[in-house]
Amino acid sequence: MKPLVTREYRTVSYVSGPLIFIERPMRISYGEVVSIILPDGEERTGQVLDISREVAVVQVYEGTSRVDDRDTRVRFTGDPPRIDVSIEMLGRIFDGLGRPRDGKPPVLPEEQPDIGGMPINPYARDKPADFVQTGVSAIDGLNTLVRGQKLPIFSGAGLPANRLAAQITRQSRVLDEEGNFAVVFAAMGITWQEASFFMQEFESTGALERVIFFLNLADDPTIERIATPRCALTAAEHLAYTHDLHVLVIMTDMTNYCEALREISTAREEVPGRRGYPGYMYTDLSSLYERAGRITGRRGSITQVPILTMPDDDITHPVPDLTGYITEGQIVLSRDLFRRGIDPPIDVLPSLSRLMSLGIGPGKTREDHRNVSDQVYASYAYGRDLRRLVAIVGEEALTDLDRAYLTFAEQFENQFVSQRGENRSIEQTLGIGWDLLAGLPVDELKRIGPEMIQRYHPALREETP
Amino acid sequence: MLEGEVIRVSGPVVHAGGMRGSRMYDVVRVGDGALTGEVIRLDQEVAVIQVYEDTTGLKTGEVVENTGEPLRVELGPGLLASIFDGVQRPLPLLVKKSGDFISRGITISALDHTRRWEFEPSVQVGAVVGPGDVLGTVREFNLDHRVMVPPDLHGTVEEVAEGALTVDDAAVRLDGDRPVRMSQAWPVRKGRPYGRKLDPTIPLLTGQRIFDTLFPIAKGGTAMIPGGFGTGKTVSEQTLARWADAHVVVYIGCGERGNEMTDVLTEFPELLDPRTGRPLLERTIMIANTSNMPVAAREASIYTGITMAEYYRDQGYDVALLADSTSRWGEALREVSGRLEEMPGEEGYPAYLAARLAAFYERAGRTACLGADKRTGSITVVGAVSPPGGDFSEPITQNTLRIVGTFWALDTNLAYRRHFPSVSWIKSYSLYLESLRDWFTTSVSSDWGRMRDRTMFLLQKEAELQEIVQLVGPDALPESEKAILEITRMVREDFLQQSAYSASDAYCPIVKQFMMLKAILSFYDAAVAAMGRGIPLRQVLALPQKNEIARMKEQLDADAIGDLIGAIEAAASTLEAER
Repeated sequence: MKPLVTREYRTVSYVSGPLIFIERPMRISYGEVVSIILPDGEERTGQVLDISREVAVVQVYEGTSRVDDRDTRVRFTGDPPRIDVSIEMLGRIFDGLGRPRDGKPPVLPEEQPDIGGMPINPYARDKPADFVQTGVSAIDGLNTLVRGQKLPIFSGAGLPANRLAAQITRQSRVLDEEGNFAVVFAAMGITWQEASFFMQEFESTGALERVIFFLNLADDPTIERIATPRCALTAAEHLAYTHDLHVLVIMTDMTNYCEALREISTAREEVPGRRGYPGYMYTDLSSLYERAGRITGRRGSITQVPILTMPDDDITHPVPDLTGYITEGQIVLSRDLFRRGIDPPIDVLPSLSRLMSLGIGPGKTREDHRNVSDQVYASYAYGRDLRRLVAIVGEEALTDLDRAYLTFAEQFENQFVSQRGENRSIEQTLGIGWDLLAGLPVDELKRIGPEMIQRYHPALREETP
Repeated sequence: MLEGEVIRVSGPVVHAGGMRGSRMYDVVRVGDGALTGEVIRLDQEVAVIQVYEDTTGLKTGEVVENTGEPLRVELGPGLLASIFDGVQRPLPLLVKKSGDFISRGITISALDHTRRWEFEPSVQVGAVVGPGDVLGTVREFNLDHRVMVPPDLHGTVEEVAEGALTVDDAAVRLDGDRPVRMSQAWPVRKGRPYGRKLDPTIPLLTGQRIFDTLFPIAKGGTAMIPGGFGTGKTVSEQTLARWADAHVVVYIGCGERGNEMTDVLTEFPELLDPRTGRPLLERTIMIANTSNMPVAAREASIYTGITMAEYYRDQGYDVALLADSTSRWGEALREVSGRLEEMPGEEGYPAYLAARLAAFYERAGRTACLGADKRTGSITVVGAVSPPGGDFSEPITQNTLRIVGTFWALDTNLAYRRHFPSVSWIKSYSLYLESLRDWFTTSVSSDWGRMRDRTMFLLQKEAELQEIVQLVGPDALPESEKAILEITRMVREDFLQQSAYSASDAYCPIVKQFMMLKAILSFYDAAVAAMGRGIPLRQVLALPQKNEIARMKEQLDADAIGDLIGAIEAAASTLEAER
């Protein structure tokens, strides 16, 4: 219900950081969009964060520089923040608030949904089930991505998370279905260079017309980053649920998003949680991540690959920590592997895909997938433990068996994890897994049943498939 | 009805003016959308309200109505196999009313008021009945749902109904024309009364070896499962929901993932209860308040769940309540507390966090129920805790630790190694061990206590030996200690590891658990005896029975393991030293 008169105020009483306070507001609604008109006529956008009879608190997406407390006018729209969505958005570039930034005219909206979205009723959700082949062995083989999942990449400063994300985007396919996919790319505070890397990447694979870009770059207003992923997910929902597309949403870098959240919280003088991040950051992040999924009876789906930077490679930092508690697993990049030239430098031990068992097995990938994955994991973990031992007592002190495990760990990193842009089918991935396992005594393969060993072990199987 | 107006909105917290006369925890309807909320502070004529729905779009000046009632749940036949949100709205009906996404201002009652239940009375006209007395039963799936006199009513039965009744119909009429309906309502923040608490002397068996054998929980006990992300809290909770030997399971998904709830929803109708052979769904009540659903309803969901659990306990059943995760509940408290601008305690949590946690866990217990027939019931509470950064020193973990009887600590390193369940045998403990010892001795084996203690001793010893190995390498150890390392490796891999996804091993009967442990320990005894005769360890380890031990969990039953134990002893005693 739109009010007949828009209400305009000149009662800015207090400005602090990204926030402005407006005195004596009347019938303002919580969460509504406001336009802030600066004395020189520039118009900015904001959103109501807190209302009372005395004062309304507004966060200004573009920042508060040059806002004054005499001539600045604030116009309340009475509406929550909305975005124009349409299938025509594919191939276009928008700013962090969903306005075109590619110089072309605005899209003709098919809908104007609230970017806040509404929670999916858990009962209406459909179980993620389809195996997504990313062509990356460490993911497909050991941390399988499933359609409708949210699987973040935990990166560190300088680690090639973007290259991995681009590779996933380029290579991802669901085995028996192709074509009706789209990518929504939300950039929050990344550099122009990083954004342009993605654009070139999509261009070179001819996927550009299947991508919607929402770009909030490093020099764009920070508070706008609060809205960017919401705009992107709203567009993704439109593509998925109105146009039946399978949408992959890449959000990078979530650490920048959380910093914007912290900035607002600090400006509001809220009681800080860990490391100054607000106590409600878990709830806030989940309102983004939980928008991934599938809905019973609808054909489209939303799969999320958020990327975040772990400050100082610390996985217990609040941003990766809270993310890990919401997402269905994580792919962790390791500086150690990166230094040793492993590409992609995925450390599989802390990595995890919680929905893996929904996407693998007979009829989906292969019957031995779970066993091979468990065995490879356990053996690699043991091999890694031995490395520490070797550092102390030297390799000579090890038994032959332990030396076999050391070799296994080495080969696993160099042959299984490292693949340098190669696109591997799941058969190839499992094949490499078996080849490596064959270096261990058969008795040691405790996680694989005897029949599977008969059928797939390179030294035992009757004929090569 | 008391009416005021919205004067302030800050996230889930709304201030309403003109509310003098409101009581704490009254339910209110906020604004034009009639959002449901609850009064959590009174200040002059201002009532501070936590709203269970998203407050976006709410304006100052909108009307707030006080219903004058506390937040209640409906209790009656039809709760089993249901799935609710945090304030007991059935989610399937919400889909029908508002579509795939949850919109606001919808009230739906928890029970189906049109459905008829076949009531078989067990009282006669003229009987004098009091609180908790059973008036009759209806069949709710496989359960005799006992229709009881509510805790505040007694009198003489004047009329008894029979046959197909709805939950609104009177089952009996007491003197003075007072109906006792088929269903009751109860305020969630107040525990339902019981006779008295009983000692926890019966274990709640879960079919999980590390739980049942090493760190058992009692019926009526409390446990916590803390662990960083990816350590398997949710899988553990779901495993317990599947296999715990309770009559009724209340599963609360509190601030967790939507896809996980879907997983439970699609699996439970298909999985069968190993004891009754009926679908697990038929004994389960689910509450799903996922992390993106409103935060205040997350706070309420725990109470909604335990009140329903108490209702089935009062009928004389064993109930298991699984809360995943209580950290999200604590965070909801913190968020609301922050918005109230309360003075924060540790890490921003309110100072009353410990008291609230204790009050919640204290609603667990094995009790003599109200009612003349002296039945007993129990509620076992298992709460998952998600410590930030996996750091157990944070307030929720520490405050819960002070209350619960069983501590199942999940270990990130075990999880990285894919050792599941990743319960640390070094850090975990159970305070019920002594009170349950009698039960295990009588029902499993007189040897149970000794076996369990020996295993714990060996595992403890292993941890010490591993430290030495880290320094000097395994070769420096004497044979006897190498034998311990080999045996504990068997304990870890062939006994403690248990896959929740394995068809044959997801549930392991207690007798088989005992036999498995016995087999491993007799292998150890045989090895020690053989080494005493001068036979090298490597020769003992080459015995084919060692591989049989590895096959126990997937392929052998308790009898076959009994045979294996005989074979181990025979084979080891005939070993002769190789030259």
